[in-house]
Amino acid sequence: MNKKVIEQEIREIADAWKGKEGNLIMVLHEIQNRYGYVPREVSLVLSEILDVPLARIYEVITFYHFFRLTPPGKHTISVCMGTACYLKGGTELLAEFEHLLCVKPGQTTKDGQFHLEVVRCLGCCGLAPVVKIEDKVYGGVKKKDIGDIIAFYSKEAEAKVAD
Amino acid sequence: MGKTVFIKDTAITGKDRTRDFYGIFLGVLREKGLENEVQPVRVADIGVYGQGITVHLLPDDLLYTNVEEADITPIVEGIKAGKPCQAKLSQFGSKQLRIVLRNCGKIDPEDIEDYIAHDGYQALAKVLSDAPEKVIQEMKTSGLRGRGGAGFPTGMKWDLTRKSPGDPKYVICNGDEGDPGAYMDRSVLEGDPHSVIEGMIIGAYAMGASKGFFYIRAEYPLAIERIEKAIRQCYEYGLLGKNIFGSSFCFDVEIRLGAGAFVCGEETALIASIEGKRGYPSPRPPFPSVKGLWGKPTCINNVETLANIPVILLKGGKWFAGIGTETSKGTKVFAVTGKVKNSGLVEVPMGTSIEDIVYGIAGGAMSGKNVKAIQTGGPSGGVIPKEYFKTQVDYESLQKLGSIMGSGGLIVMDEDDCMIDIAKFYLGFCVDESCGKCAPCRIGGVQMLKLLEKVSTGLGTQKDLDQLQMISAAMQKASLCGLGQTAPNPVLSTLNYYRPEYNAHVDQKKCPACKCEKLIRFLILSEKCVKCGMCFKACPVGAISGNRESGYLIDQTKCTRCGQCFEVCKPHAISKS
Ligand SMILES: Cc1cc2nc3c(=O)[nH]c(=O)nc-3n(C[C@H](O)[C@H](O)[C@H](O)COP(=O)(O)O)c2cc1C
Ligand code: FES
Repeated sequence: MNKKVIEQEIREIADAWKGKEGNLIMVLHEIQNRYGYVPREVSLVLSEILDVPLARIYEVITFYHFFRLTPPGKHTISVCMGTACYLKGGTELLAEFEHLLCVKPGQTTKDGQFHLEVVRCLGCCGLAPVVKIEDKVYGGVKKKDIGDIIAFYSKEAEAKVAD
Repeated sequence: MGKTVFIKDTAITGKDRTRDFYGIFLGVLREKGLENEVQPVRVADIGVYGQGITVHLLPDDLLYTNVEEADITPIVEGIKAGKPCQAKLSQFGSKQLRIVLRNCGKIDPEDIEDYIAHDGYQALAKVLSDAPEKVIQEMKTSGLRGRGGAGFPTGMKWDLTRKSPGDPKYVICNGDEGDPGAYMDRSVLEGDPHSVIEGMIIGAYAMGASKGFFYIRAEYPLAIERIEKAIRQCYEYGLLGKNIFGSSFCFDVEIRLGAGAFVCGEETALIASIEGKRGYPSPRPPFPSVKGLWGKPTCINNVETLANIPVILLKGGKWFAGIGTETSKGTKVFAVTGKVKNSGLVEVPMGTSIEDIVYGIAGGAMSGKNVKAIQTGGPSGGVIPKEYFKTQVDYESLQKLGSIMGSGGLIVMDEDDCMIDIAKFYLGFCVDESCGKCAPCRIGGVQMLKLLEKVSTGLGTQKDLDQLQMISAAMQKASLCGLGQTAPNPVLSTLNYYRPEYNAHVDQKKCPACKCEKLIRFLILSEKCVKCGMCFKACPVGAISGNRESGYLIDQTKCTRCGQCFEVCKPHAISKS
């Protein structure tokens, strides 16, 4: 990444929050929204702009589950492990995803297509068990549906390559 | 006034038939000449799940579920005659009383005008001409207690914050909703954001606070969007900012996002998070009402608590105190989920029995099963076995049973759920979420989890169970914040009520619910076996031997208990025990 460009972008974000106490977390949210994760180069620039030590920034990033230090896959698959989903078979779904994608939660597939993660309750427990891919929520998912779901997104990816 | 009909296909599987039914409904309305009086609307969420086509008639508040094509004509005729069509009328609403959820699903949450048309901001207008002390007095009369979990009287909290010296003072709305399996606060924030904002402004006025924060989990993007929009509208209408309603009272509000840490629901950790730091809790006292955000007096209220406030001040504390039980006033919203027929949000007066909620409203267990217990209070709560379902829900009675009211998660479990597994699940959650600041929680939790793991794999002893109790006691006493102090609760309450189930794991190495993988045994029942060989083919580790003449046998030493043979066996000749 080009340092100049980053600096420009971060400055925009930081300026909007300047003067507000306790802004670090909000700034990090905006950074993650833009890049999908918090790249190290960005943290370095941010540390200069906000005048906070890099260690402080990393202290916050690593504490909160929401922030990522590595780029996410193209499609993020979130398997819900909240209580309702757990009781209704979330573990089985997770095992199937792990099996079919050959990754563990928190990892991205080798081709960078899928990032698998576990979340605690998406707030749609009525539909349990729930899986979220990108912004789409799948409710009442069964083990046998998972192959199809993955195939759907892989195909979409293939189609884009073919274009 | 015209009527509105919400239509939604709530079936979880299959094609969404909402559009088709919408068309048919419209046709029937035209046929009966009602098209100008009744407006059908396709909605994205109706608050009911898995009940087929659901039709909600407003303002009559009639809910029809599992509606088929043939039912539409009687329903429409019912609308015309002003009589509900009994056949498909759902009982879901009958025992409920909607105070917090009064507007959810009825008004357009993105339109402040709609909220104002439903008595919105009237309480605020009324309150601003009163003295703040009078507002606090009214809150004390109402007896409202915090809905975030601990149940501290709200009027008292406001009073303490008001009397604490310091300037400025802050109000925070706790929208972190960390309990997995609960979504009451999300629904209120999304469905009726202005009621929460109004509650907060009133609180700020009563306490003399000049700045408010909404702390909302980042996992709820729609809730954040709606609150953002609602706040913008408030500024446009002069309900926030300088000289609200022409008075001398000024109040500003900002949103801060959570970032996926359960402990940040705890008030001191939440404050640290708003300050932009790691969400570490700190010892109390000093309480936030004395020394909170940036060292200033701060009041933290839950979303549901705040949503109650406008109604209380409009109808009076006495009215509110007339609902509920001796010690717990008003209503409580529960997110009923798990193994029940009708998952969904229910709001009932305090003092409603668990039975009424689980069977009367939620329809009992899913097909063919029996309810075993419920769990309330999330990771800080405990289980309540079926035998205690006559209990009336309020803060004290749930505590007596070893659980807590919590924020409103109510999870129903059936016979297939193993209590050791449940305890392990909740404890695992707390171990993941422990911030690591204090040793009892950081170390105690991990050790307890190891012991439970031992029990569920059949390696546990009675001594381990004793040890579980000892560590629990230490954690409860010595942990720094509510997370560690309450983390052992699910373990203790299951140990208390389901000791025989624990004993079965420890002494007989059996899991009565057939949940703990390591303790399951799959056996082929020769009298039922048709020797088809499906299990032989399905077994991924070659643990099944035999042929189509002699039949098949499972080698227990090789079996990994994956359950594939059990699933493929058509004549159900494989037993799981
Ligand atoms: C570990 C832990 C998690 C909590 N999570 C929440 C939460 O998600 N939402 C909430 O409103 N209160 C939560 N609380 C309770 C808050 O600390 C606080 O008591 C509450 O927000 C006060 O508001 P109330 O008086 O309106 O209930 C939690 C407490 C603890 C100890
Ligand atoms: S438990 Fe999965 S959505 Fe709530």
